[in-house]
Amino acid sequence: MCVRRLRRPGMTIVLLAAALLAACSRAGETPQFHGDGWPENLSDWRLMKVEKGALVLSDGVRPYDLATPLFSDYALKLRTVTLPEGDAATYDETEAFNFPVGTIVSKTFYYPQAGAEWTGDVSYKDASLKGPTAIDGEMALDGLRLIETRLLVRRDNGWVAIPYLWDGDQKDARLARTGEIVKLTLHRPDGRAEPFNYLVPNQNQCAGCHGTNMNKRAISPIGLRARHLNKPSRFQPQVNQLADWSASGILKGAPIDSTAPRNAIWMDASASVEARARSYLDINCSHCHSNTGPADTSGLDLRPAIAFGPGAGLCKTPVAAGAGTGARAYDIVPRHPERSIFVYRMMTNEPGEMMPELGRAVSHEEGVRLIAEWIREMEGNCG
Amino acid sequence: MKRITCAALIGALALAACGKNGAGSAPSAPQKGGEEEKLLAALIDAQPGDIIELPAGRLNFDRSLSLTIDGVTIRGKGLGETILSFKGQVAGAEGLLVNANDFTIEDLAIEDTKGDALKVNGGKNIVIRRVRTEWTGGPKTSNGAYGLYPVQCDNVLLESNVAIGASDAGIYVGQSNNVIVRNNRAEKNVAGIEVENTTNADVYDNVATDNTGGILVFNMPNLKHPGRGARVYQNEVIANNRKNFGHKGTPVASIPAGAGVVVNSNDDVEIFDNDIEDNRTANVIIASVYSTDISREGMTADFDAYPEGIYVHDNRMSGGGKNPDGLDLTALKVAMFGPTGALPDVLWDGYVDAAKEVDGKTPDDKRICVDNGDAETLNADGPNKFKSPTIITDAVKCALAPLPAVTLKNGLGE
Repeated sequence: MCVRRLRRPGMTIVLLAAALLAACSRAGETPQFHGDGWPENLSDWRLMKVEKGALVLSDGVRPYDLATPLFSDYALKLRTVTLPEGDAATYDETEAFNFPVGTIVSKTFYYPQAGAEWTGDVSYKDASLKGPTAIDGEMALDGLRLIETRLLVRRDNGWVAIPYLWDGDQKDARLARTGEIVKLTLHRPDGRAEPFNYLVPNQNQCAGCHGTNMNKRAISPIGLRARHLNKPSRFQPQVNQLADWSASGILKGAPIDSTAPRNAIWMDASASVEARARSYLDINCSHCHSNTGPADTSGLDLRPAIAFGPGAGLCKTPVAAGAGTGARAYDIVPRHPERSIFVYRMMTNEPGEMMPELGRAVSHEEGVRLIAEWIREMEGNCG
Repeated sequence: MKRITCAALIGALALAACGKNGAGSAPSAPQKGGEEEKLLAALIDAQPGDIIELPAGRLNFDRSLSLTIDGVTIRGKGLGETILSFKGQVAGAEGLLVNANDFTIEDLAIEDTKGDALKVNGGKNIVIRRVRTEWTGGPKTSNGAYGLYPVQCDNVLLESNVAIGASDAGIYVGQSNNVIVRNNRAEKNVAGIEVENTTNADVYDNVATDNTGGILVFNMPNLKHPGRGARVYQNEVIANNRKNFGHKGTPVASIPAGAGVVVNSNDDVEIFDNDIEDNRTANVIIASVYSTDISREGMTADFDAYPEGIYVHDNRMSGGGKNPDGLDLTALKVAMFGPTGALPDVLWDGYVDAAKEVDGKTPDDKRICVDNGDAETLNADGPNKFKSPTIITDAVKCALAPLPAVTLKNGLGE
């Protein structure tokens, strides 16, 4: 099944057919779903392969991206979703869409390599977290280093998470159920070099974020929600990503007008600081900090539907932050980011103090700046 | 069907010292195929009913462990013999994070975690016994916050554990229901044993000594599970005079050193038959969150900030209140009892919920009652910044109905 839609309607039938054939046989591969067990190699799933210096996606492997992505130590991410042929996901307004058994979601973490040889040095060019991605089903790999690919696989009795770590020779990725610590050095645009421990979570730790409902104790995708996907597609110019999915037949029940929820893009200066900050906190925090997630014990709920108040951090006393308070009294003190626990926990890199608890080792300075700006503009005081 | 998995080999332990981390340095990173990797794998592959047995010796971890499978037991050879050390921890907030039901952990130690040592989140039927949590560099603010931390759990037994050096609470039960905490020892923590936003807890036969506060029963705002119903009895709460080394901003940071048993904003707490001695601020403190730094802006309107139905009786209390922590309480003591005097055994901050009064009096079942021989009770007059503190021993001599005993369900602890 060919993923791409025709983009040049004026061409002749012959050329159309040729274009179709060319696109569909680009990888020639069909993804292989595994309903049980832990395949040893990423290639066992036939989602993608490394060919002539590029990562080539197989047929039916659809790349997507999010309005505001999760911060993971400045790693860039290639996200794909693959549904069984002819099948579709069901739209949901607030939760992850309902995907059919046989769906494979993948997320490949990669970095621009600093230097010609691989020495563990990685860099990021700007704060946007937008890097090269798989346009036309292919991503050129020169100058890039693949670190890991995480799969979320929809089996009969729910989703399972399977981590894969890319080999040193960058040809395939191997099963890594117990995770890994990869020692890297981050080079920031201003020249600073910061060694850090990049964590590939172990299979149990996946539930630490993806177990978004402690009552149900199942894992589920996080980014595949309307408000994160509702944006211009990076893969189909001038097309809304949700509309593209609906038109392709892989999503049923999405509203045909623009009433689907939409999160602000965190670096979009035309959106309000508050919208951008809430969007940032949503994707980075609300999978745990909700009324059902692993941090529902904290009483701090950062879902976008929650009106701003003590339950969302305003003048809120921490419950179990421990060292994470940074000797500060409240989660958010209006006008005073330097007195707000939010900002402390985003800035610190100490395990046990930092937030998120798992998933980063360096601080997202640009994200901190956004939250600090939002707090500085607030009114009122904590009395 | 029970499967027994030996997650470590004695031989592997012997080889650990000459592993690939280089000669001479104490290895803290787990090696591929080493004993730590085996435990990681055992936790991931666990099946309900498994018993993961650990040998004597030290296992070193650089990142947190987690378990998500129901019905698993982790068992070592003793809390002095099997040591999970997180001294080199670089990732993850806890030592071991468990999101599972029917979980038992016993006979091992967890040392030097960056954050909490053992956290059990949202589990039913949890047994934690003969586990030691310790920060081996001594009590420090940089230590992790909690030693043993069941939260949002139901039907919990913590017995015969040892908790040392936590910068918040050594043994902490949060937002849980139906809990027994017995025969444990908590020392050199900020809070020795704390029960917070929990319903139906029996805390008995424990020793809490050399903490900042010995045994705490607290209620915090903005949590969906309000606490009530705790019996604190037959404990030894002795000389908890350690300077508060907690993190500013946390609830325990407001505990004065020398606090024996502290009730904060919780209801229906019965404190009886304990030995409570030599706690330099007061042997028993009954307070409201209004006495702490909690912002009123940061509280939801439905939070009940007042301790109600508190019954203190038949304890053996002596030697407390001689050197209170903090200028306000010291000034109060000197003014009322002289420089060589002491604050009374029971100290109440004086916050009362006028909204619940009927004909100008607190309803009987919401009263604070102290029926404890010649122990005196002081109303510190906190609402008026300690302007008119008064001895109210006679006014609080009353009795409340004893609370029912907690019964663990599902055969726990038998």
